[in-house]
Amino acid sequence: MMDIVKNVPWSKELGFEMTRVEKGHAWGRQPYLDHLVGDPTTGIIHGGVITTMLDTISGMACASALSEVRMIATLDLRLDYMRPATPKRDIIGEAECFHITKSIAFIRAWAYHDSRDKTIAIAQSAFALTSLKRGAPA
Amino acid sequence: MSRADDLARFWASLPIVETLGMRVDIKGDDLTAVLPYQEKLIGNFAIKALHGGAIATFLELAAMAQLYIATDGIAPPRTINVTIDYLRQAHAQDLYARSTITKLGRRVASVRAEAWQAKRDKPVAAIMAHFQIKSLDDLAG
Repeated sequence: MMDIVKNVPWSKELGFEMTRVEKGHAWGRQPYLDHLVGDPTTGIIHGGVITTMLDTISGMACASALSEVRMIATLDLRLDYMRPATPKRDIIGEAECFHITKSIAFIRAWAYHDSRDKTIAIAQSAFALTSLKRGAPA
Repeated sequence: MSRADDLARFWASLPIVETLGMRVDIKGDDLTAVLPYQEKLIGNFAIKALHGGAIATFLELAAMAQLYIATDGIAPPRTINVTIDYLRQAHAQDLYARSTITKLGRRVASVRAEAWQAKRDKPVAAIMAHFQIKSLDDLAG
């Protein structure tokens, strides 16, 4: 499952990698890269990069929580910033599927450098689950 | 130099803008952000869809550009939070975005932005975001 991301062009562009997937959980790493800087005065990576990472690992946490293969699509994602990321440091992402219904999965995700105690950003998202066959809500 | 020239010059200096390959079309204080289709923006080859993260980044930058042009800010506004709604699949086509500043306070601004492709009234994604504004006063004081 972790290899899926390697073939995604936008993930490759960002240098993002999945590091670990367990049932309902996923972890990834976003390296600090100069071409992702959003504010040249501070050297901080643009927030969209963190959104991308947390969306991706949230999707992984969702997919790994399912007992059958289904199509998943992000409905919405809210991201709150606790503190800016530190320039030149990689960002770790962690996502957890905390509730799942027949058609929706709810995920929380965190971005940090060292541990969840000192979070850069927290995301909460909802994913729609549809059947593979017809793309209709299951 | 007009605020539009100022923005265009400043915008070109942001590495993420170049990485994404987006531009801003400014007419007076009217701004449309444009993200030409490029293969690197794909998130799913099987269905040839743009990556949700690329769309979110584009919308956040579009909202920031709108805010930058409306204020005397000299640094990109800092994002407090952002909510993105994915409304439709984004196809392998150009993407456009327009933003509305719902509230412009002294320190915080609330901005909505909407992205569309073939049809303006069929948005593919929308964001609502709060930004912290750094003004010249803040930097002086």
